[in-house]
Amino acid sequence: MARTPSSPEPPPPAESGTAGTQPVPPVPEISDYDQFGAYQALAADAGSGDADGRWAFGTGFADSLTEAGAPVPDGVDGADLAAYCLMLGDDALIMSHRLQQWVTGAPELEDEVALANIALDLLGQARLLLGRAGVADGTGRGEDAYAFFRPEHEFRNVRLAELERGDFGELIARLVVFSTWRLALLERLDGSRDPVLSAVAAKGVKEVAYHRDYAAQWLVRLGDGTAYSRDRAQAGLEAVWPYVPEMFTSHDVERRLAESGVAVDPPAVRAEFDDVLAAATDAAGLRIPDAAPRAGVAGRAGRHGVHTEAMGYLLAELQSVARAHPDATW
Amino acid sequence: MVTAGRESGGGAGGAPGHLDRDEDRARAVAAAVTDPELPMLTLADLGVLRDVTVLPGVNADGGTVTVSITPTYSGCPALGAMREDLLRALHRAGFEAVEVRTVLSPPWTTDWITAEGRRKLAAAGIAPPGPASPASAVTPGSPVNPAGSAPRHGTGPVPLTLVPPPARVPCPRCGSADTALVSPFGATACKALRRCRACDEPFEHVKEH
Repeated sequence: MARTPSSPEPPPPAESGTAGTQPVPPVPEISDYDQFGAYQALAADAGSGDADGRWAFGTGFADSLTEAGAPVPDGVDGADLAAYCLMLGDDALIMSHRLQQWVTGAPELEDEVALANIALDLLGQARLLLGRAGVADGTGRGEDAYAFFRPEHEFRNVRLAELERGDFGELIARLVVFSTWRLALLERLDGSRDPVLSAVAAKGVKEVAYHRDYAAQWLVRLGDGTAYSRDRAQAGLEAVWPYVPEMFTSHDVERRLAESGVAVDPPAVRAEFDDVLAAATDAAGLRIPDAAPRAGVAGRAGRHGVHTEAMGYLLAELQSVARAHPDATW
Repeated sequence: MVTAGRESGGGAGGAPGHLDRDEDRARAVAAAVTDPELPMLTLADLGVLRDVTVLPGVNADGGTVTVSITPTYSGCPALGAMREDLLRALHRAGFEAVEVRTVLSPPWTTDWITAEGRRKLAAAGIAPPGPASPASAVTPGSPVNPAGSAPRHGTGPVPLTLVPPPARVPCPRCGSADTALVSPFGATACKALRRCRACDEPFEHVKEH
């Protein structure tokens, strides 16, 4: 039951040639190098029982979610709800991707594990939210359709999430800003009239509280460390701060859904964000930057699908395998 | 940790007692499936098994089994493996029609790890969690009420923690209270890494969540 028969598949490749039917090139027998039989055991296990058996983490999470199919709440526009789920889902998906890029690149093993864990939590939140979007907009699309087959201008994440990976000081500054903002949103979304948003938020609050503590504690360690580490942390804050005002600018969808008790209008969490950032930077001996906001295009930014140059490269990495093998299963 | 399921009401199946026996048997099979990442715990010990029901179904001698599980963390990769293990175990036990559902609400917290689960964790050298939310902690091992009453943070913003709280996690090996946090994130989403200052051993801790 991991995959319901009615679950939507990604669209077929445009050039629907031989991709699905190409003969498989010869590969060495597993037994040639699998002297302990580990792969064979996995393969045998996956083949037993039902046809859905698989030894790696596959899809099917959102498909089986009891809450996912809940109807759009009364008086709420399905397209609005879908757009809002994509906003919060894309924030998590794109930030998760940037965090994943730190795996094998973090200063210490413990931090690598921490960043991978944070990325995993955000990916889980993204999957649920993208799955909900497919119910809300009536298309029935699954999480993969949104993650891998949307063009850049349909992604609604704030630009902070997509920025090119910087140094560790920039990472910590970005994570403090992102997790403080997201935690404040999720705390309030716990009471959303949409059952999926409410459930995702209730779980996410506990996760993102750990993310924020991790980032804030590192900010203090860097700021209160050497002059060099303090400079790098301050430079990190300076680098991300131009993207902060965008996070507290209402999109029409957010405003409308906030009025109907489904969403949180971002300006409502600015005071809490400022309080937390003040406490963290005070403890770290760092300054809140006085930076001009990074303008969008005619007032449009990430929430409208208007992104920075970094986004195209990020999506190329995120989507290229799925687009090259759109019918692949594992 | 499994709710009572449905009352035998003499439903469409015409053999409610039969279905009840099936339900008991299916529940026992599902409850015995172990967690893929904490194999010393069953799904029931971990508190992620929400419900097992049997409805009159496609089989002549058995109904459709519906198992509900809840993820520990939103991105927990073990959920897919749990689903496969549940399907396999129930198929082996003779239940052909099995559906595994995922429920998010109310959210899982570590307070739903049973007393038996905590004992097994400690026996395996993994420090069990303290109360996730002291103000509203449920009694460990008490039945879960799927309708609500999930332990939650109180109202108001979640406080920022700039200095890790002092250790209150005794070493599962030597029992010393003198332990330190090495990393709040460990090899799985649900564990932190700690070190005992008395016996110098590192150990894992299922962190409060």
